[in-house]
Amino acid sequence: MGAHATHDHIVHFYHLAALDWVDIVSALKADAKAVSNLGQKLSSWGGNSYNEVKASQDRLKTFVGSGQLGVYGSGYWGHPAMKLSPEVNMLAAHHYLQALDYQREINKVVAILGSKTPHIQNVAVGGVANAINLDSPSTLNMERLYYMKTLIDKVGDFVENVLLVDTAAVAAFYAEWTKYGSGVTNYLSVPDMPMDTKGTTFTLPGGYIPDGDVSKFQAIKSYQDPFFRDNVKESIKHSWYDGDWDRHPYEEDTAPKYTDFQDKGKYSWVKSPTFKGKPAQVGPLANVLCMFAAGHEPTKKYATKMLDTISALAGAKVGIAALHSTIGRIGARSIRCAVLYDALKAQWQALVENISKGDVKTFNHPTFPAGEQRGFGFHEAPRGALSHWIVIKDGAIKNYQAVVPSTWNAGPRNSQDAMGPYEASLIGNPVADAEKPLEVLRTVHSFDPCLACAIHMVDKTNNEIVKVKAV
Amino acid sequence: MNVLVLGIGNVLMMDDSVGVRAVEELQGRYHFSDGVELLDGGTSGIELLSHIEGRDYLIIIDALKSGHPPGTIVRADGEDVPARFMTRISPHQLGLSDVLAAATISGRLPANLVLFGIEPKTIELGLGLSDEVRASFDKLLETVVQELIRIGCTAEPAVTPSSGRTLWESQ
Repeated sequence: MGAHATHDHIVHFYHLAALDWVDIVSALKADAKAVSNLGQKLSSWGGNSYNEVKASQDRLKTFVGSGQLGVYGSGYWGHPAMKLSPEVNMLAAHHYLQALDYQREINKVVAILGSKTPHIQNVAVGGVANAINLDSPSTLNMERLYYMKTLIDKVGDFVENVLLVDTAAVAAFYAEWTKYGSGVTNYLSVPDMPMDTKGTTFTLPGGYIPDGDVSKFQAIKSYQDPFFRDNVKESIKHSWYDGDWDRHPYEEDTAPKYTDFQDKGKYSWVKSPTFKGKPAQVGPLANVLCMFAAGHEPTKKYATKMLDTISALAGAKVGIAALHSTIGRIGARSIRCAVLYDALKAQWQALVENISKGDVKTFNHPTFPAGEQRGFGFHEAPRGALSHWIVIKDGAIKNYQAVVPSTWNAGPRNSQDAMGPYEASLIGNPVADAEKPLEVLRTVHSFDPCLACAIHMVDKTNNEIVKVKAV
Repeated sequence: MNVLVLGIGNVLMMDDSVGVRAVEELQGRYHFSDGVELLDGGTSGIELLSHIEGRDYLIIIDALKSGHPPGTIVRADGEDVPARFMTRISPHQLGLSDVLAAATISGRLPANLVLFGIEPKTIELGLGLSDEVRASFDKLLETVVQELIRIGCTAEPAVTPSSGRTLWESQ
């Protein structure tokens, strides 16, 4: 989980969101010497030497010069909302290329524990299907464990001294974006990385903050906590499902009924979740604010480092209130990445210590008593709070509903017609060029919309220059 | 020869799944020569980068809407392949287009790219394939096998073929 989130957050910033803020074409004009100096001033990272920056810039020049920039079909080069200097653009582009290497390393940890990637295969009801035997070459053994440690160690410097610093720099140079995109400021996150089998103590706290007021934080304390269990509902008033109701997940059904787009009626496949009857934002920002409110020391440390870096670069004191924004969501993702990375290191250590004590159990056989059973489980996923709800009757599944992070954020209006986080966050966003709504992308991308539900069909109709021939 | 045959698509969206189903069937029906790897890419994004880098050949199988009758198999190669993936459901989404872009910009794009597409009929929630796509499915597999043989790989029919078709054809 730690490795997966670290990977996911690095990729989100450099390879999904960064090109909304960084102009690669402008980067070609940068003086490589000045870029290297800037990089060394901002961070202790060893990968900002003149030679390395120059090599990245040469590669970029070749790429752009050969007319291949078109592969970034929707890049808004030269857009009036692009504000970074050529040097800052080039530094970010240099780290974009380096990030390709680091994401690969940390994803190998996911592959080792998950048996393969993509599509990990080790998760089972009751535990994980990872055999541990230090004497066997085909299970999780010391050689594998230390290979994981090597991979984990490689990435730490990059997370703290490149990702965290770069996102702080983007936030400082685009300081006006701390004023846009706050949207829904009820924040929900769940505790994660349990330290006992019952799920009553957690490495990472979670809970609920209403109205953006961290002093009103209320913790979710266990996997059984009624505060979470009793306060989640979903509405389908504006969703393409049969009926019009507000229900608890145990009582829901998911019966598709498409009606075409109705401005006042049903217009989305996404349901509309609420917590305590109100929309809630989920994701790294919600998680960081809740962990901060809970007094979680690593979160306070990295949040302070981020805010201090922004303040120094912007030349003005920036406080935690600036995080309620589009750019705040991006900064919070880096803070969370650094927190998760430290937790990952601690988890590796705890695993090795347990194994050395002879504890190699990875699975508790589940039993399902007769009659009707209800249960829920949650996880703080890279895009936010994820919960699954199940009703089992006489050993068979009677109802199963998943309330997933992008549903919380992307949901249409709820039964009270209150806006969800995406919609609310776009109110007041500036748009310099309506034909190229880069600013809208900035805000929507800051939530890290999920991809797994997408359709990957390639469409030739918008691109006549490409030839295919029937065989 | 280091070849990746990559099937992509969403297995829950009927004909969109054809690339993934093709890879499963190829794996079950043939033994390929060393150096040929088949991969179910599903709806993955950047995780695929490390699988793509450093290959001599990358062969992608996907649903491809190009205005032909449903079930039509089309082939694209070279520079046309990354361009095929530029039009996405949402702008900037981190899909195969971005993976190919990242491989290109870092100088690790395979030298030889081939895309086999099949014209979809139905992209709706469901596990099976439409009749039209199913009717062309064996031809699609044969076309990919012929491509592999053409570039110098071998494909022997499996002694005891296995198939995942019963799972996804019975709905």
